[in-house]
Amino acid sequence: MTTLEGVIAIVGLALITVATRGFFLIPERELPLPAWLQQGLRYAPLAALVAVVAPEIVMTQGQLISTLKDARLPAVAVAMAYFYWRRDILGTIISGTSTLLLLKLGFGW
Amino acid sequence: MGAATMPRMQVWRHPEFARGAREMTGTALGIAAWGLVTGVAMAKSGLALPLCVLMSLIVFAGSAQLAALPLLAGGAPLWVIWAAALCVNLRFVIFSAGWRPYFAHLPRWHRLRVAYFAADLNYVLFLRRFPDPKPAPEQLPYFWGGMACNWTAWQVPSLIGILLSHRIPASWGLGFAGTLALLGITCSLLTERATWVAAVVAGCAAVAAYALPLKLNILVAIAAAVAIGLLMDHATPRRIVPVDDRT
Repeated sequence: MTTLEGVIAIVGLALITVATRGFFLIPERELPLPAWLQQGLRYAPLAALVAVVAPEIVMTQGQLISTLKDARLPAVAVAMAYFYWRRDILGTIISGTSTLLLLKLGFGW
Repeated sequence: MGAATMPRMQVWRHPEFARGAREMTGTALGIAAWGLVTGVAMAKSGLALPLCVLMSLIVFAGSAQLAALPLLAGGAPLWVIWAAALCVNLRFVIFSAGWRPYFAHLPRWHRLRVAYFAADLNYVLFLRRFPDPKPAPEQLPYFWGGMACNWTAWQVPSLIGILLSHRIPASWGLGFAGTLALLGITCSLLTERATWVAAVVAGCAAVAAYALPLKLNILVAIAAAVAIGLLMDHATPRRIVPVDDRT
């Protein structure tokens, strides 16, 4: 691959970013979107988040984990408990990551 | 620019700009950890450093970058690289339908700029802040405030990751910090029974469909959650608000 090809590929990727993020936003004319679909779309962001998070927690290399002795599970429990206690995302990240590192590095999970 | 767009100064002096930025700072640490991991992965893919920097700065879509990298480094044809990125980005097409009622009144050039910067978390936090899909003057400042925070929290660590890739060991578990940031946001969206059910269904669908290529399991999860959400909305006649449809 030459540098020029790389630049073309990357500029194309940038255009894909704006084309997908603006797909329904960029046209001037109203796009006919059924009302039920618009109503259902309020679940889309939540679903996308869960779809990214869930496999990161319960899967390893494409397989569902087969043991409960996985440092991620207590880490997630601690992080969620912290979130519902304080409603603070920074603390959620720090408490969960600390739990993970403690179990992995300290206890060899 | 018409009267619809405020002068730039006014946008970032608006109190909602600060609010948008502030509400994004909670997750900024997770975004930063994730940016760092992505930067390291980019540099280790074998793509030349200047191209990595260019990619980080102009593509601005982490998962699409990660999908495209091995193809790019392996010399795959352009259309394959672009098709892969397109599939990974399909969730944004769904989100763009959600952006439309808020920003359709803006001039097209302005809409293009909004669209380019509208990453996942901007959408999630914006909809949490403005659940009612109607335009309001404080929406743009809120959007740009969140965007400024998100962009910086992503780009700076991403560039650091690219430049210092050999000094950052994978064992730090940095990627997990990004997952926890998303987990926190997910919890903040679980406000009623219907959202819990939708989340559980989405999670199961995403895990079950994980074997699909190009993160298409995310689309399966969105479809499943929207379907179950609509079913619940229609089955439980709660707080019936008459829908004002002008037909």
